[in-house]
Amino acid sequence: MNHPTELPTRRDLGAELPAVTEDQRHIGVAIPREGVRRLTQGRGQFVDDIELPRLAHVVFWRSPVAHMRITRIGRSAAAALPGVIAVVTGPEIAAVCKPWVATLAHLAGIKSAPQYPLAMERATWQGEPVVAVVAETRAIAEDALALLEIDWEDLPAVLDTRTALDPDTPLIHPELGDNLCFERKLDTGGVDEAFARADAVVFEETYVFGRHTGVTLEPRCQIADWNPGDERLTVHHSFQAPHMMQDLYCRQFDLQESQVRVLCRDVGGSFGIKVHAYPDDFATVALSILLRRPVKFVADRIESFTSDIHAREHRIQARIAATKSGEIIAFEIDDLTGIGPYSMFPRTSGIEGNQVVNLTGGPYRHKHYRAALKVVFQNKTPTCQYRGVGHPIACAVTEALVDGVAMKLGIDPIAFRLANVIPDDAYPATGASGIKLEVLSHEACLREARQVCDYEALRREQSELRKRGVFRGIGVAALIELTNPSAAFYGVGGARIASQDGATLRLEPSGVLTVMSSVGEQGQGAEAIFAQIAADAVGVAIVHVRVITGDTDATPYGGGTWASRGAGIGGEAVLRAGLVLRANILATAAVILQREAGGMRVMRGAIHDADSGERLLDLAELGRIAYFRSDTLPKTFTPELMVTRHYAQRDYPFIFTNGVQVSHVEVDTDTGFVRLLKHWAVEDCGRVINPMLVDEQMRGAIVQGIGGALFEECLYDTDGTLRNGNMADYLVPMAAEMPDIVVSHVQSPTKSSLLGAKGAGEAGTAGAPGAVMNAINDALSPFGARVSSQPITPEKILRALGKI
Amino acid sequence: MNTPTDHPTRRVSVIVNGTLFLREVECRKHLVDFLRDDCGMKGSHLGCEHGVCGACTVRLDGRIVRGCLVLAAMADGHSVETVETPAPSPRLRALQDAFIEHNALQCGYCTPGMLMAVLDLVERRPQANREQVREWISGNYCRCTGYHAIVDAVCAVLDQQRAGRFAANAVEARA
Repeated sequence: MNHPTELPTRRDLGAELPAVTEDQRHIGVAIPREGVRRLTQGRGQFVDDIELPRLAHVVFWRSPVAHMRITRIGRSAAAALPGVIAVVTGPEIAAVCKPWVATLAHLAGIKSAPQYPLAMERATWQGEPVVAVVAETRAIAEDALALLEIDWEDLPAVLDTRTALDPDTPLIHPELGDNLCFERKLDTGGVDEAFARADAVVFEETYVFGRHTGVTLEPRCQIADWNPGDERLTVHHSFQAPHMMQDLYCRQFDLQESQVRVLCRDVGGSFGIKVHAYPDDFATVALSILLRRPVKFVADRIESFTSDIHAREHRIQARIAATKSGEIIAFEIDDLTGIGPYSMFPRTSGIEGNQVVNLTGGPYRHKHYRAALKVVFQNKTPTCQYRGVGHPIACAVTEALVDGVAMKLGIDPIAFRLANVIPDDAYPATGASGIKLEVLSHEACLREARQVCDYEALRREQSELRKRGVFRGIGVAALIELTNPSAAFYGVGGARIASQDGATLRLEPSGVLTVMSSVGEQGQGAEAIFAQIAADAVGVAIVHVRVITGDTDATPYGGGTWASRGAGIGGEAVLRAGLVLRANILATAAVILQREAGGMRVMRGAIHDADSGERLLDLAELGRIAYFRSDTLPKTFTPELMVTRHYAQRDYPFIFTNGVQVSHVEVDTDTGFVRLLKHWAVEDCGRVINPMLVDEQMRGAIVQGIGGALFEECLYDTDGTLRNGNMADYLVPMAAEMPDIVVSHVQSPTKSSLLGAKGAGEAGTAGAPGAVMNAINDALSPFGARVSSQPITPEKILRALGKI
Repeated sequence: MNTPTDHPTRRVSVIVNGTLFLREVECRKHLVDFLRDDCGMKGSHLGCEHGVCGACTVRLDGRIVRGCLVLAAMADGHSVETVETPAPSPRLRALQDAFIEHNALQCGYCTPGMLMAVLDLVERRPQANREQVREWISGNYCRCTGYHAIVDAVCAVLDQQRAGRFAANAVEARA
């Protein structure tokens, strides 16, 4: 299981591409994140670490059943408990916070029902907040929960997606007319003809993806602090998109941006869980306004399991057609997915299914594709965008089909992929679903993967071990991942979610640099790469760069962290601001030194003569003169040593990345247990700004993908209550089960930006479930057995083998 | 058994990171809540509150415990060490450095507990190999890293120790 790996080296991938700055010393280099030292000393500042004057704590009484009508809320005993400040119900919160309906104009026909911070007359999933109890301490608030007297009438629960649309299934929202949230059909034409061709070899299978959730180790949490004195709201929030929440608080509470400050300091894991607006977010803000004091909400673990968004829960009938000569000619999928009782605010719950439709078959050259998608309501926790968003499903389905038909044809999986991917010299290209692909490297990545995992040796070993009754499998998955989204993702649909981001760079008087970015930090290393980019763009050492993020009062306006956009969008804004600041520094130096700016360079914290390299002026001296001795400068010249630039990607709807993953597993055919032996990932995120951080994004994302493939599932009882809402029963990957993961890079920079960086945060999660499922099926192939339902548990493997 | 309105308290005396804290605490209060709420030591984190995730791992008289499974009252008269200690041992400092060097943390929420767990490994299992490191940290959940870099960082410190880096720094006997 364990293979010692090399110690980290200062790998420099920057040298493989033309430099983007004059004296590039940081971009492309594996520089450790010095900024996380405080986290190793317990000196972070997570939301629950913050204490404020007058702070109160809220806990929520949540629906214990899947669907109910509330008949009575008796709160006198709870309210009488010493230390309890308020017990508040849905209608009281609704008096200060408007309801919302999460739809997007470009998802034609998507519908949902008005949703309130606390349930009004009905609760529609186990975990929906119903009553808020505010007290001096969290413990007292929890004590008071036990004193609430709430009566309800059980209502029938809609759970199974397969019967959700049946005429005799009750309607969750009768006013909507049915339980259908969204449907989409896509047809290129020619699909039936392709599958009917005389030389067509068809492989068909049904894939099931269980519900899982993000399990951020720090739960969702916030402090809402309404100050009645200046009528301003400050929200400390463990979140990915502070400006989005600022906008939503403005809209739901009739406030202006000048009245709302959202602060996102240390965030203990996010993964998409912390990019949605939850009912309890709004309830906490409403309570702060009503009670005129700060209110802290920190979800406990059972609340996290029942109220954090879930994801996946797809059932996909799928088929592929290839010619006998080995050319893929068509894909067809029919996807049914369940999203809970409401479309999630404000990004909607139609996106994951929509992405499955867009992405299935993505790496390949076929021309014929048909997809049908139905997104249905059910009485389970709402689902929404979680790391990978549709990609793990589309990739697993695509790659299982590709392997399935390759096996029928008797062609090696890598050779079959090499013959069918859109070739590296064919870009820009358009995929069968209509997606625009700027520049990808499937062939290069497949070749690198084959080499780095020593594919032929693995196959030889597999064949030898089979003779001894040891069943190992090698699974390959090629993937595409959408990153650097334009406004096509949300903005065109009417959502007020910024697709642009901004960066402000300020040269301080001592010659150090302060960077303020609208893209924040949740552990990925955004601040670290912004420092690298700023240092190179301006020409200073990285130790002289400080980065500030996560404060709507301080940073430029922007979208934040989602859809693998931080490096590509936020990083580009830093680069552009830095290049302008550098020019402004040179203009200032030209005035001070009475020399032509064109003959000078900024490098290593000083102005140098471009030809001789002579050091002419330290930035500290330039800063001193610019800020404190303006009397010595001509009246016609004002140094502009603070620069803001924004960037939005507008060349393509999305900038796609690609990659290949290889999983090596051993299946115990007596117990059904899977041992993960090793995992290889070849990724192409364009220009790599910090190879170590990209490696770690890949590894963490792969392990999350493996979690979904093998372990993680929100298991519901027949009454719609969650059976495993704790970390002991909901299995997450732990260190001993996980393999070492080897990452290699291919760099195909995007031309849509100067930097050329694409996103790297989600590709690991996109590819791992497909690679692992293919590896297991490869191991099971001598038995003619296959698994196609994730998580792939030992029980499912034994069933496939006919042993139970 | 406690009722919602009746919570007996107890006076405790606990040395936390070298400083004596005298506090009146509810008997039901867990050690990690005591550290965070009564001692102002916010470095130990809560992830699951039932002993599964390891984020609240601290040392009680030199032994690692889950701060959410030990009551504050049980620490009365004892000594607690957390990652916030103002006087980290050479091994703890080496682990902190290695975690940064190898990017063995992303969000950093699990890191305080993880560091206390692996410090115990480095002190008590100096011969641990890579597989044993993975086994040892299997009670500490990390959602960000995929564990590989953590294992690399710990193995690097074990290598340094075997090369004699901490020869002058004896591991304290457990109380």
